[in-house]
Amino acid sequence: MDIHEYQAKDILARFGVPVPKGGLAWSPEQAAYRARELGGHAWVVKAQVHAGGRGAAGGVKLCRSVEEVQDYAGSLFGRQLVTKQTDANGKGVYRLWVEPACDIAKELYLGFVLDRKSERIMIVASAHGGMEIEDLAETDPTSLRRMTIDPAAGLVEFQARELAFGLGLTGTQITQMVTILQACYRAYRDLDAMMVEINPLVITGSGDLIALDAKMSFDTNALFRRPEIGELRDRSQEDPRESTAGDHGLAYVGLTGDIGCIINGAGLAMATMDMIQLAGGEPANFLDIGGGASPERVVRAFRTVLADPNVSVILVNIFAGINRCDWVAEGVVKAYREVGMTIPVVVRLAGTNVEEGKAILNGSGLPLITADTLAEAADKAVAARPKLAA
Amino acid sequence: MAILITEKTRVIVQGMSGRIGQFHAADMIKHGTNVVGGVTPGKGGGSLLDRPLFNTVREAAEEVGAEASLLFVPPPFAADAIMEAADAGIKTAVCVTDGIPAQDMMRVKRYLRRYPEARKMRLIGPNCAGIISPGKGFMGIMPPHIYMPGRVGIVGRSGTLGYEAASQMKALGIGVSTSVGIGGDPINGSSFKDILQLFEADSETDAVMLIGEIGGPQEAEAAAWAAKHMKKPVVAYIAGLSAPKGRKMGHAGAIISAFGESAQEKVEILTAAGITVAPNPSAMGETMARVLAGQRKAA
Repeated sequence: MDIHEYQAKDILARFGVPVPKGGLAWSPEQAAYRARELGGHAWVVKAQVHAGGRGAAGGVKLCRSVEEVQDYAGSLFGRQLVTKQTDANGKGVYRLWVEPACDIAKELYLGFVLDRKSERIMIVASAHGGMEIEDLAETDPTSLRRMTIDPAAGLVEFQARELAFGLGLTGTQITQMVTILQACYRAYRDLDAMMVEINPLVITGSGDLIALDAKMSFDTNALFRRPEIGELRDRSQEDPRESTAGDHGLAYVGLTGDIGCIINGAGLAMATMDMIQLAGGEPANFLDIGGGASPERVVRAFRTVLADPNVSVILVNIFAGINRCDWVAEGVVKAYREVGMTIPVVVRLAGTNVEEGKAILNGSGLPLITADTLAEAADKAVAARPKLAA
Repeated sequence: MAILITEKTRVIVQGMSGRIGQFHAADMIKHGTNVVGGVTPGKGGGSLLDRPLFNTVREAAEEVGAEASLLFVPPPFAADAIMEAADAGIKTAVCVTDGIPAQDMMRVKRYLRRYPEARKMRLIGPNCAGIISPGKGFMGIMPPHIYMPGRVGIVGRSGTLGYEAASQMKALGIGVSTSVGIGGDPINGSSFKDILQLFEADSETDAVMLIGEIGGPQEAEAAAWAAKHMKKPVVAYIAGLSAPKGRKMGHAGAIISAFGESAQEKVEILTAAGITVAPNPSAMGETMARVLAGQRKAA
């Protein structure tokens, strides 16, 4: 689960990371008020969206007067900001963060991630910050320094010091960096984060370190014990189809094709999408109905998939283990009747109670297209798409 | 003798008195698995499915000689239950639970390293379908009837995709020695490499089907190990060729977040290691059949 920059800064500050003071604005007028309140002669106005690459997309601007702050804020609110990390729809801008402009001497990169190889939290740092880590890894891989943290001992001070020296810091910057590293680690550990990123971590003109931008994301599996983090969720930044599906216990990821997929199991869902592509089609979505799916959950899955206007065929592929083909078949028939289906539906059932399931489909009298294998199902789904008018 | 589970393995179920635990324990017993008891804190002294219930895993180990444990414990308590099993001397634990916090698994893995190799528990999962040695026994949630006993090992992250492979092979007359679901989480107990090692050493396994997916470094690690140490042929399939970068595809671990984690890159890495990769998920069975036929010809 992602949170906004200002929220990440607030959390990290509580753990001891130096951040610029700033103010949140929900309207252009409030942005202007924040600028006056903060004082000074120049401010940076930053769109709060759950995506990187805001600067290049026009979502961050240095303003030199309160009027400029207000004008720029007015141009941002309600806009869909399209960055290279968003899809073509972008993310809606409903909150702005206003900060006094910072005197930047140098930009560093600092990130904390879960390293799956060592199964530990890993620090990734570079003396060359400011750009995205992916670009950094491509253009300047040797500048990246990595260090893993033993969960039993935590981040030991000498490790933090080594990293600080390795980044070329000197004097009081060393102790500042040690404080920042330990604060980030504690925030990561204590709040069940999956990622903490400070980019850029700035050395100011006076030689001090400060977190100019911050990003945090959290382990959704741990939200049961982090209610204060759960409260930071911003549904305006999510694909509404995905949030609604999630509310109903369905794992759904919207894609750009036209073949709607209803499948059980993440691996089988990905494999079915691959099969569709190999058969010459494009999947409209990833959807895992999970285990023990009731007919009602299957109906819900149909509604979720059909909410995407691009969908022109639906492919149901179930290999039932703890699921039951008869329940799924009942759900398919129910959904077909309830939603007034107008597009072709291809169904492949296998596994537990498959004969009962097939009998329900065949006995329904509905024009369902059935298939016995994965390949056949994908071929039939691709063939069933309405022909585009020439 | 297959790997990890045979008809003799003395199995307990942690969380057996729950609805799901009870359902699957009954199914395991019905199919010949040697279930010797269950553990639910507070329910010790009672019995369920004609098996004794215990308060602690240690009691189950002492009183009925439990050596393997299947866990149906809800996410907030699962890590604790795994560590309890490890400390009680359980040899193999299979955790089905989906949704365990990543840092809990980090702690579990660190905890398991406390024990010397000879006494260290092997953890399979979490977020997995379990393990089955067809005709002998199983620990998990899979439908046992789709597996035919035989001499090919299966190891995969996804449950249902493993079923797909087993049924494709069955349709071609190819049976399974043991099928192992290692689960879809970013931090799991046993890796592809760990299971390949067991299959390589197993006298009843002739070849291995490896079913990977996007995300994580384990397929590459397995490929490197197989290229160096494995004499038995490996056939692989990697799911997620059509998955976009940076999106979590159902499994917590199925997300492309680093170099070498996309399906295309993994296919290249496996192929370079001499592993035959099935061109699509519908060809897992026939690719295995072709490889096995080539083996017989060469022999």
